[in-house]
This record gives sequence, structure tokens and C-alpha cells, in this order.
Amino acid sequence: MNISLQFLVFLFMALVMVVFSILTVTTRRILRAATYLLIVLFCTAGIYFQLDYSFLGSVQLLIYAGGITVLYVFSILLTSAQGDRADRLPAGKFFAGFCATLAGLALCLFITLKHRFLMPQPIAGELDVKQIGFTLLSGDKYGYVLPFEAISLLLLACIVGGILIARKR
Amino acid sequence: MEIRMEYYLVLSTIMMFVGIYGFFTRRNLLAMLISVELILNSADINFAVFNRFLFPGQLEGFFFALFAIGVSAAETAVAIAIIINVYRNIRNIQVKNLKELKF
Repeated sequence: MNISLQFLVFLFMALVMVVFSILTVTTRRILRAATYLLIVLFCTAGIYFQLDYSFLGSVQLLIYAGGITVLYVFSILLTSAQGDRADRLPAGKFFAGFCATLAGLALCLFITLKHRFLMPQPIAGELDVKQIGFTLLSGDKYGYVLPFEAISLLLLACIVGGILIARKR
Repeated sequence: MEIRMEYYLVLSTIMMFVGIYGFFTRRNLLAMLISVELILNSADINFAVFNRFLFPGQLEGFFFALFAIGVSAAETAVAIAIIINVYRNIRNIQVKNLKELKF
């Protein structure tokens, strides 16, 4: 059995992702949770790079790791006092949540692993940025100009809404 | 040993249910939002993986992941604006203190 370098890299990233996402939801200091979330997002970008979707990986790095995490850190610093810790949950509620999660996880894993996917031969190789751009702005059958415009409208509405909600009265 | 599709799917499933667990057990609005972020992230991984392995000649999953990232950025911005507004009104962002929307 020979293990390739790609597999080792994948294994490393998967381990880091699982461990740090568990730490994200179990740590009692919220600033640490945001930092662990940042590490998970970095590893997700690594997964995209490994799937040869470099553009998606860089978008993930720019928007998630660069933008959203900074937003989280700012709002955490604004809304929580120093040395704030989450209080412990009652044991009954903790066990109810834990058992529901375990049951859902077992069900989903069972279905995923039981299902036989039709596997065509995967095409390796990088996705061309030129092709991405032309598909994003074409109005043909497999074009995405309508979602593109819709999301620009959504972002505008979101900017206006954010200002309207957060401004001082 | 090559990387099979199921490995990616198992990874994203675990991540999704960790996020759901956080959503169930956290009592802070920002911590709940961070858990939602984990869930969205695992869905994005699934889109990209299905596109790469099952439909390698097409771009649907790629664009869904791209748009999902954009939409979740917008959602986070609005949610954080709401949370800061809540903090300004009741000086606290614990869920148990949120009993009324206005007045």
C-alpha cells in the first residue's frame, strides 16, 4: 500500500478541520471560537485548492477568512466584556443536543456511505478562469448572468439594511 | 492510495453536525452565528466535491458554491448589524434575555 503525498495532505487537513470545528463549538471563550473558525476556513480553502478549484479557494480566503472573520472579531470585541465565558448548559439540555446530533450524524453517514454513486472518470486539471468569467456573464442555457445580477442587488440591499439597522437613532 | 469522494463527504458531514451541535448548545447569539457558518461551509464543500467528482465537465456546483459564499457574507453582515442593535438595547446578547422584539 503506497500512500501518496496528496492523500497525506488531505488527511492532515481533514484532521485539522474536524478537531478545530469541534473546538469552535466547545470552547467557552468566544474570541477563541472565532479564531478556530478562521483555521477551519483556511483548511476549507485548502480543500478547494486540492480539488483544483483555485478560484473558489481564493474567493474563500478573501471573503470568508479575510472579511467575515474580521467582522466577527470586531463584533465580539464590541459586544462582550473582557474575560467573558459562556455559562455551562444544564446536563439534560446538553445530553438532548448531543444525542440528537449523534443520531443525525449516524443517519447521514449511513445514507452517504450506503449510496452507490455513478462515478464517471474524473477529469483532472485546473479550471480555466476565462471559462469561469464567460460562464458567469453569459445569458445562454448554462449562463449565470441572472444570479450574478440578483446577487449584486442582494448585496446592495444588505448594505442599505445594515446601515439602517445599526445606525444610531 | 487515491482520495475517494466518500472521504470528502464524510468530512463535510462531520463538520455539518458539529455546527448543528453548536447551534443546539450555544446560548450566545454570536456563537450561534459561528455555528451557522460551519454548516454553510460544509454545504459549500459538498457542492464543489459533487461538481468535481460526479459532473466534471460542468460548472453548476462550482457556481453554487461561489454564490453561497456571497450570500452567506451578506447574511452575516445583516445578522451582525442586528446583534449589535440588540446589544445596544439590552446590553447583552444571551438568548435567554431576548424575550421581546420591540417594546
